[in-house]
Amino acid sequence: MALATFWFILTAVLWAGFFILEGFDLGVGMLHTVVARDEAGRRATINTIGPLWDGNEVWLIVAAAAMFAAFPAWYATMFSGFYPVMILLLVGLILRGVSFEFRGKVDSVRWRRVWDTTLTCGSLLVPLLIGIALGGLLHGVPIDQNQEFTGNVGDLFSGYSVFAGITLVLLCLLHGAAFIALKTTGAVRARASRLARSIAPVTALAVLAFLPWTHATAGDGVLPSILQFVAVIAVLAAAWLVNSRHEGWAFVATTVTIATTILSMFVDLYPRLMVSSTNSAYDLTVHNSASGNYALKVMTVVAIVFFPLVLLYQGWTYHVFRLRISADHFAPSAETE
Amino acid sequence: MSQLDLARLQFAMTSIYHFLFVPVTIGLAFLTALLQTGWHRTGRSELLQLTRFFGTLLVINIAVGVVTGLVQEFQFGMDWSQYSRTVGDVFGAPLAMEGLAAFFLESTFLGLWLFGWDRLPKRVHLATIWLVAVGGALSAAFIMAANSWMQHPVGYTINSSTGRPQLNDVWKLFTNPVFLRGYLHAILASVVTGSVVMLAVSLWQLRKGTSPRTFQSSARLSLIVLVPVILVAMLVGSELGVTEGKYQPMKIAGAEAQWTTCQPCSFSLFQVGGGKNDHTPTKIIEVPHLLSLLATNHWNGKVLGLDTVQSQYQAQYGPGNYVPNIFIQYWSMRVMAYLAVVVLLVGLWGLWLLWRRRLGAARWFQRIAVWAVVLPFLMNTAGWLLTESGRQPWIVQGIQLTKNGVSPSVTTATVATSLLVFLLLYAALAVVEAVLMIRFARKDLAPAPNADEPVPSLSY
Repeated sequence: MALATFWFILTAVLWAGFFILEGFDLGVGMLHTVVARDEAGRRATINTIGPLWDGNEVWLIVAAAAMFAAFPAWYATMFSGFYPVMILLLVGLILRGVSFEFRGKVDSVRWRRVWDTTLTCGSLLVPLLIGIALGGLLHGVPIDQNQEFTGNVGDLFSGYSVFAGITLVLLCLLHGAAFIALKTTGAVRARASRLARSIAPVTALAVLAFLPWTHATAGDGVLPSILQFVAVIAVLAAAWLVNSRHEGWAFVATTVTIATTILSMFVDLYPRLMVSSTNSAYDLTVHNSASGNYALKVMTVVAIVFFPLVLLYQGWTYHVFRLRISADHFAPSAETE
Repeated sequence: MSQLDLARLQFAMTSIYHFLFVPVTIGLAFLTALLQTGWHRTGRSELLQLTRFFGTLLVINIAVGVVTGLVQEFQFGMDWSQYSRTVGDVFGAPLAMEGLAAFFLESTFLGLWLFGWDRLPKRVHLATIWLVAVGGALSAAFIMAANSWMQHPVGYTINSSTGRPQLNDVWKLFTNPVFLRGYLHAILASVVTGSVVMLAVSLWQLRKGTSPRTFQSSARLSLIVLVPVILVAMLVGSELGVTEGKYQPMKIAGAEAQWTTCQPCSFSLFQVGGGKNDHTPTKIIEVPHLLSLLATNHWNGKVLGLDTVQSQYQAQYGPGNYVPNIFIQYWSMRVMAYLAVVVLLVGLWGLWLLWRRRLGAARWFQRIAVWAVVLPFLMNTAGWLLTESGRQPWIVQGIQLTKNGVSPSVTTATVATSLLVFLLLYAALAVVEAVLMIRFARKDLAPAPNADEPVPSLSY
C-alpha cells in the first residue's frame, strides 16, 4: 500500500476517533444545563468528562497536524479556503475549553451562567462547523489549477455541507445523552435517558438522509456502501436500544454510528482530498498533494510506535474513571473543594 | 495596512500571547512535581498543601495555554497557506510528532493527575504529574525543532520538479545547532518563569502571614531552582547568540545596530536614534570587545556589519532589503539581557536572606519579589521578538520570504476581521485569567486532608 494512502486512512481514523471521543464531550457540553437543573447535577455531568475531554481534543490537533505533515496542500487549501469557518471554529473551541476550567472557580450564580452559556454554544459550534468544513471537501468549492481557493464565503455553505454539520450536531447530542445516561445516577441519569429517547428518532432520520446524500454527492449513486449500511443498522439499533434502556449497548451503537458515518465520508472522498467545483482536473488528490516518500516514512514509524501507546494509556484512563458519578457527591453538604 | 502586515501582526499577537502561558506551564509543572515528590518522600502534609495550591494555579494557566495553542496550529494554514504548501513536507513532520508523542501524553496525564487523587495509588499518581511535566517539555522540543528549521534549515533537499524543500534527514532537525541551544534556552527560561511565579506568590503569602512556615518551603524551593537555572539560561542564551551569528548574521548585527563590519567590536549599553535608516545612532557607554565576545566567543572576533551582509545577500538572492527591523533587534536583546540580570540579583538577594533566615521578615524583598513576577514575561516576549523579527524578511531563512508565504486567497478585510475577533477574545481571556490567578494565588491554603483518608480529587 502506498504510504500516502496509509496516511489518508490514518487521517480518516483520527477524525473518526475525534468524533467518537470528543463527540460525547460535545454532547455533554450542549446538554449539561438540560439534563441537570441544579448545580450539583451540573457539576456531576461536567465531571463525567472532566478527566477525559482534554485528551480527547488532542485527536483534533493530531488530525490537523497529520493533514499538514502528510498532505501540506490539503491543509493549506482547506484552512485558508475555509477561513471564516475556521475562525468561528476556533472561537468555539476556545470558549468551550476555558469554560470547563473557569466555571467552577468563582462561587457565583451569574459567573457560572456565563460559562454554562459559553460551554453550550461552543459545544454546538464545533461539530456544526467541522461538519460544514468536512462536507465542503466532498461537495467541492472553487479551486484553481494552483490548488488555490478562488471562491467567497457563500461557496462554503452548500446545502450538503450545512446538512453535514447539522447531522454531526445531532449525532453528538445523541452520543452525549447516551454517555451521560451511562455515567451518572439518579435524576440526571433519568433525564439523560429520556432526552436520548427523544433525540434518537431525529438523529436516525438525519443519518438516513445524510448517507445517501453523501454517496450521491460523491457521484457514486444512492445505493449505500457496506460502511454506510453498517451506519444505518447502527443508528436504528441506537434508537431501539435507548428506548429499551440498554445504556451500555446504546452507547456502543452511537459510537459505531459516528465512526461509520465519518469514515464513509472519507471513503467516498478517496482518492480525492478536496473537490474542485471549478474543474475536476484541479481536485486535490492523495497523489498530487502528498509529502515526499521520506517524510511519510519517518512519520509512519513515529505513528506505529506512538499511536498504539496513546490508545493504551487513553484506554487505561477510561478504565480508571469507569465509575458512575453521582450528583450527591457534589451536594452542598458533601462539598470537599 | 496590507494583508501581509495584518497577518504578521496576527501571528505576532497570538504567538506572544500563547507564550505567556507555555513557560508557566512547563516551569510550574516541573516545580509542582518536585513538591509532590517531596510530599511522597517525607509525608510532610504542608508539601501536599503546596502541591495542590500551585497545581491549581498550574491548571488555570494550562486552560488558556491549550486553547491558544489551537490557534497556533490552525493559522499556518489560514494565514500562511503558501508557506504551509511550500514547507509542509519538512515543517509538518515535527508538528505531527508533537501531537502523537507529546501532546497526547501531557493532556491525558493532566486529566489523570487532576481527577486521580482518590483513584490512583500514590506512587502512580506521583508519576502522572511527572508525565505532565515531561509531556510539556517534549512538546516544546518538537515545536522548537520546527522553529529552528525556519532559522537554519537543515536535513532537506530541494525537489527539482516542484522547487520545494523536502525532508531527507529527520535526525538533522534534532541535531540542528540552533535547535540544541534554542531548545535548552527555552526550557531554562520556562523554569525561570515558573520559579519566579512561585517565588512571587510565596512571598505575597509570607507578607500576608497566614501560613508562614508552609510558604517558606515553596519560597526556598523556588529560590534554589531559580538562581542556578537563570545563570545557565544566560550562558546558553549567549551561546545561542554565537550560533545564530554564524547562520543569521543579520540578526546579531541588528542586535547591536552594527552597520559596518568591525573587529574587535564594542557593545553599547544604550543608544539614541538608530531607527530604520539611521546609520549613525549615538551610542552611550561602549564596552570594548564585549560584542566580539558575545557574538563570536573571541576577544577580537569579527562581526559582519548590516551593510556588508546586505550586499552579500543581494548578490546571492537578488535585489531587495534583507535588513530586519533594527529598533526591535537592538532593544529586545537589551530588555531580555538586562532584565535577566535584575532577576538574577533578586534571586541572589533572596538566597542570602534565606541563608540568614530572614526571608519571613524582609519587607522590602517581599515587596520587590512580588513585582518581579512581570519580568520573566517581558524577557520571554523580548527573546522571541529578537529571534523571530531577526529572521525577517525571511519566513524560512534563505528559502522563502515572508511576503511570499501569505495566503493568496485571503483578503485584507478577512484578516482584519479575524485580528479584531482574536484581539477582543484574547483581551477578555487575559482579564479573566489574571483575575483568577491573582484570586487563587491570594487564597489561604486549603487544610491538609487527614493522613488516613484519601486525598480528594481536584474536580471541576
